[in-house]
Amino acid sequence: MTTPEINDVAQAEQGTSLWRDAWLRLRRNRLAVLGLTVLLLFIFIAAVTPWIAPYDYAQQDLELGAAPPSAAHWLGTDIFGRDLLTQIMFGGRISLAVGFIATAVALLIGVTWGAIAGYMGGRVDAVMMRLVDIIYALPFMIFIVLLMVVFGRNMLLLFLAIGAVEWLTMARIMRSQVQSLRQQEFVEAAISLGLPTAAIIRRHLIPNALGPIIVYTTLTIPSVMLLEAFLSFLGLGVQPPETSWGLLISYGAESMEEYPWLLVFPGLALTLTLFSLNFLGDGLRDALDVRGAKD
Amino acid sequence: MWRFIGSRLLQAIPVLLVVITVTFFLIRVAPGGPFDSEKAVVPEVKAALEAQYRLNLTLFQQYTAYLGDLSHGDLGPSFKYPGRSVNELIAAGFPVTAELALYALLVALVIGGIAGVVASLKPNTAQDYIPMSVAMIGICMPSLLLGPILILVFGVYLDWLPVSGWGDSPGDKVLPAITLGAAYAAYIARLSRAGMLEVMSQDYIRTARAKGLPEWQVVSRHALRGGMIPVVAFLGPAFAGLLSGSFVVETIFQIPGLGRFYVQAAFNRDYTMILGSTVFLATLIVVFNLLSDILAAWMNPRLRNQLRAQ
Repeated sequence: MTTPEINDVAQAEQGTSLWRDAWLRLRRNRLAVLGLTVLLLFIFIAAVTPWIAPYDYAQQDLELGAAPPSAAHWLGTDIFGRDLLTQIMFGGRISLAVGFIATAVALLIGVTWGAIAGYMGGRVDAVMMRLVDIIYALPFMIFIVLLMVVFGRNMLLLFLAIGAVEWLTMARIMRSQVQSLRQQEFVEAAISLGLPTAAIIRRHLIPNALGPIIVYTTLTIPSVMLLEAFLSFLGLGVQPPETSWGLLISYGAESMEEYPWLLVFPGLALTLTLFSLNFLGDGLRDALDVRGAKD
Repeated sequence: MWRFIGSRLLQAIPVLLVVITVTFFLIRVAPGGPFDSEKAVVPEVKAALEAQYRLNLTLFQQYTAYLGDLSHGDLGPSFKYPGRSVNELIAAGFPVTAELALYALLVALVIGGIAGVVASLKPNTAQDYIPMSVAMIGICMPSLLLGPILILVFGVYLDWLPVSGWGDSPGDKVLPAITLGAAYAAYIARLSRAGMLEVMSQDYIRTARAKGLPEWQVVSRHALRGGMIPVVAFLGPAFAGLLSGSFVVETIFQIPGLGRFYVQAAFNRDYTMILGSTVFLATLIVVFNLLSDILAAWMNPRLRNQLRAQ
C-alpha cells in the first residue's frame, strides 16, 4: 500500500517544481499573459475557421467590389467583392501553420544535432559545429529565394526551406546546455549506473535543457512567420488560390490609396500575432530565467 | 591580431566555396533549360548559343570553368538580357542598394544607439520603458507593412515626401531608408541597452565615479566603448539582413537596385544572374561578418591583449 503514497509525494514535489514556479512568474507578467491569450484565441479561430467563417472562401461579389467595413462585411471586401474577414481567417491558418510547422522542423533538427554534438564532444562535436558555423555564414534569405525558384513555389518546400535555415541557433543553444549538464553529478551518476546513452539524453539532458529551448522556440515562430510574409509579399511564397497574411498585405499595398482597409486589417492581424509571440517569449525568458537565448 | 585575422580569413574561404558550389548545382538541377521557352531554333543557332553559355560541356567542366572565370571576377553573361553580362547588371544595381543599406544603417545606429543608451541610464523608469516599447513596435512591424503605411501617411495623406523612385526628386530616399532601418534600430536599441547595463555595473565604472568624474564623462569615455561591443558585433549580421531586406524595400518603393534585379531574375529564371548575384552577395556578407568580428575583438581590451600576446 506504499505505492500511492509515493505517487502522492512525487506529485506534491512536482507541484512546487521549477515549472510551477515559472508559471506563477509568467502569470504575473501582464503583457506575456495578454500575448498568450491573443495567441490561443488566434489559434482557436484558425482551427475552427472552416465552420465559423462568415462567407465562403472563394465567394465573389463583383457588383459590390471593394467596399469599406459594414454590418454585412465587418472588415470590408476586396476588389472582387470577397469578404476580407474570411480571407484573413483563412490566410491566418496558413501563416500560423508555416510559423509552427517550420519552427517544429527547426526544433527537431536543431535539438537533435546540438544534443549529439554536445554529448559526444571531441572530434564529432568539432566537425558538427564547424558545419553549423559554415551554414551560419550563408545568406539565408537569398538561399530561400533560390530554393523557391529552383523547386517551384510549393508549400511543403516552404516549410522545409525555412525550417532548414532556422535550426542553427537551436543547435548551438542545445549544445551549450548539454555540455554544461554533462559535467554535473547526476549525469555522471547516470553514466556510472550504466544507463544507455539514448536514455541519458532523453531522460536527463533534454528535460533539463528545456527552458532555453522553449524560450528560443517561442522567439523563432515570429521570425519564421515574418520570413513567410516576406516571401509571399515578393510573390515567391504562398501562391493563389491559397492565401496568407503576407500575400493579403501585398494585395492591400497595391490598392491602399483607394482601399486602405485592405492593407490595415491583414497588417493588424500579422502585427498582433508577432507582438503576442514576442511578449510571450520575453515573458517566458524572464519566468524561466534564461539568459542569452536571443540578443 | 594578424593571426586572428588570418584564421578568420581561412574560415571564410570554405564558406564561399560552399556557397558557390551549392548555388551552381542547385541551379543546374532546376527544371527546364534556359532556352526551352524559345520557339524552335535552328540547330546551328542552338549549338552556338549552348557553346556561348558552355552548356555543351559536361556539368563538371562547366563548374570548373565557372570557378576559373570567378577567380578573375567574371560572373558570365546574363541568360535573359542578351549581350549584357552579370557583372554589368550588378554594377548597375549594387551602388543603389549599397547606398540604401548605408542610409538605413545610419538611421538604425543613430536612432537605436541613442534610444538604447538613454534607456539604460535610468532602467525601469519611463525613460527606459518608452524607448523600449517603441523598439518592440519596430521589431514587430515588418518592413512590408511599415513601407506601405509610411507611403500612405507621409506620401499620400500629408504629401510631404515622394512615394517612389531613387534620386529623381529630393527626399525620395528618406522613406526607404527609414523603412529598411526601423527594425535594425529596434534591435540596436535593445542590444545597446543590454550592453550598457552590463558595463555600468562593472568595477571600472565604479572607479571612474569614485575619482569624481561627472556622469556624462563616465558614460561617454568609459561605458560607451564597452557597452557598444554587442552592437558592433551585430553590424555584420545586420548588414546581411539589410541587403536581403532591400529586396522588399526596393520592390515597395520601385528602386532600381540589386534586390529588385534579383527578384526579377528569380521570376524570369535568369539563372546566371541569380547565380552571379548570390555569389556576389554572399561574398559581401562574409566579408562584412569578418570585418565586424575583427572590429568587435579590437574594441574588447581583454580579447585584444590576448590576441596581441599570441
